[in-house]
Amino acid sequence: MDLNYTASQKAFREEVRSWLTENVPKEPLKSFDTEEGFRQHRAWEAKLNQGRWGMVTWPEELGGRGCNLIEWLIFEEEYYRSGAPLRVNQNGIFLLGPTLMEFGTEEQKARFLPMMATGEEVWAQGWSEPDAGSDMAAIRSKAERVGDHYVINGQKTWSTRAVWADWVFGIFRTDPESSRHKGLTFILVPLDAEGVSVRPIEQLDGLPGFAEIFFDDVKVPVENVLGGEGMGWHVAMSTAGFERGLMLRSPARFQETARRLLELYQENREQADLDPAIGEAVTRAYMDAEAYTLSTYMTASRLMQGDKIGPESSTNKIFWSELDQTMHETALSILGARAELWSHAPDAGAVGSWLDGFLFSQAGPIYAGTNEIQRNIIAERMLGMPRA
Amino acid sequence: MDFTFNEDQLMFHDSVQSFLTNEVTPEHIREQWTTRSGRSQPLWNQLAELGLTAVTVPENFGGLGMNEPDFLLIAEECGYAALPEPLVETVMVVVPLIASLGDEAHHFKEQWLPLIASGEARVAIQHSTNPLVADAHIADLLLLEESGSLYAVPTNEVELTENESVDPSRKLFSVQWRATAENCIATGEQAEQLWADALNRGALAVAAQQQGIARRVIDISVDYTFERKQFGKPVGSFQAVKHHMANVAVKIEFAKPVLYRAAYAVAHQLPDAARQVSHAKLVTSEAALLAAKNGIQVHGAMGYTWEVDLQIFMKRA
Repeated sequence: MDLNYTASQKAFREEVRSWLTENVPKEPLKSFDTEEGFRQHRAWEAKLNQGRWGMVTWPEELGGRGCNLIEWLIFEEEYYRSGAPLRVNQNGIFLLGPTLMEFGTEEQKARFLPMMATGEEVWAQGWSEPDAGSDMAAIRSKAERVGDHYVINGQKTWSTRAVWADWVFGIFRTDPESSRHKGLTFILVPLDAEGVSVRPIEQLDGLPGFAEIFFDDVKVPVENVLGGEGMGWHVAMSTAGFERGLMLRSPARFQETARRLLELYQENREQADLDPAIGEAVTRAYMDAEAYTLSTYMTASRLMQGDKIGPESSTNKIFWSELDQTMHETALSILGARAELWSHAPDAGAVGSWLDGFLFSQAGPIYAGTNEIQRNIIAERMLGMPRA
Repeated sequence: MDFTFNEDQLMFHDSVQSFLTNEVTPEHIREQWTTRSGRSQPLWNQLAELGLTAVTVPENFGGLGMNEPDFLLIAEECGYAALPEPLVETVMVVVPLIASLGDEAHHFKEQWLPLIASGEARVAIQHSTNPLVADAHIADLLLLEESGSLYAVPTNEVELTENESVDPSRKLFSVQWRATAENCIATGEQAEQLWADALNRGALAVAAQQQGIARRVIDISVDYTFERKQFGKPVGSFQAVKHHMANVAVKIEFAKPVLYRAAYAVAHQLPDAARQVSHAKLVTSEAALLAAKNGIQVHGAMGYTWEVDLQIFMKRA
């Protein structure tokens, strides 16, 4: 155990910090759930990629830096600390990217990864269906093999980023006789293909953050299958593992929120201390963000020694999503009467973004597999409790 | 930056773990409740033979010269086993306190550290934040505090009164004693630092054991949820029961790295070690307490009985 950063890790941090200081947009971008904001974010992804910071853990030949996980964590810490924009292509780079690395053919990797890193192709995810939320085995959308193509029919829903994205990845039923986990195939579908229609769904914040996608005889070539026909469940579980585990929610995001929360508390201390529970909640938030960070460093250390992430990644999902909620609840308590103002309201001031964050935090315990499902996974696969 | 334990640490852990599993069973613990001293000399001798009493004693005093992270996983297992003997207190608090005394106490160190390392002498410790001294009755020497100074008093010079604890394994005593110049071994700033470190190490020792207790309560409770059937199914198959245990697992998982970092900070005397230990003590205690509450809940009425082993661990949480 050596909890110090090495000299090269420190140098890497300096390099990241100085690039970000020079390049992070001075004005915050608009939400990527607006058309203009989406364009701005795409441009930011391109700029990041020019600096070769698009996806630092990828190999150099794919535009990355071949960074290990500890370096990735350092990058993320600097990224969030600099106030850089959220990644519009997070579905691509954090979920599909690692899945492509693991299951993709050489052609698929070369075709998709660089375009993902530049932000030229932004990905939406297509897991859920109207009758299948966290129960992905209930997928009904069909893909029928016809010669060297698949013909897709069906519907996906709650597809994050689908309104302006270029591609969607998801699982489809390729064996019509199959049920549950069998007969599913992981397929990559361009959203401009004939027969695809996208209907935006407004979120709590009034913006079309997700969408329904309808597939009506959509033809995609067999090359778009990832991991082989019938392997969809296996591939998707691996993607979901990345999602619940390390990649989707780097601790830096919560460290930064905890730091801002502490700042907010200090600036409003007189009012906040009227309720003694608030000071404790701020301390708690700080501690929990730190615990999440340490836990990620520990997992990264283990992975670097050849270990694999097991079902304990489900504990991550619960921890960060609940932490995110309580931090934002605490912020709203500090703000008191100002808490209800949208960030663009004239009197909201610089603190209006807490409301956006609060609303978004309500989705945390739902997406990437509800926390109830995560608790079942922990109980059954980590603790070995009897199945229902 | 590397957060993992090395091969030696893991192997040491494994061997102690299997020893404790075999020797410190719930039956052994219940048996000790009925004996006069509540302590087992043969068990202490075995612990000493495994080198456990010598872990933190410096090499030049006959010990193994290891540090807090080296012993941390073992302290966790002592919690897991609910070991009644005061091993963790000795290794993590008593020995480092004596070893940190200045050169002027060289003779004192030379006298006591090798005896502790070999298991021949036992030392109990008390601080003004808790007037009761655990295991004073089997100790040869007591380390006591008064007005910030540190005193070492032979047990035959004090008067002990036993106070019964909710946990029959805890042997707690109030001590009547007299501070004299002869038994004073540190004063002033030096003593202040020694006591601050001792409190820190004590909290770390408790944290490590709480983490082990939380794990044990889950294991016992999960086993029970297979045995106990209701509505024709094991109760563990019900989601509400599963979620009680999953919530504890989340607490344990995120207490783990906080605990490890605290041990690292103490071993390397990092400036904010006290804060990191406090963090660890808080989260491990919470994990253990939630484990205890949820453990009782999933045991149903059995959870409220003397009969089930759960109570042994629940009372330590």
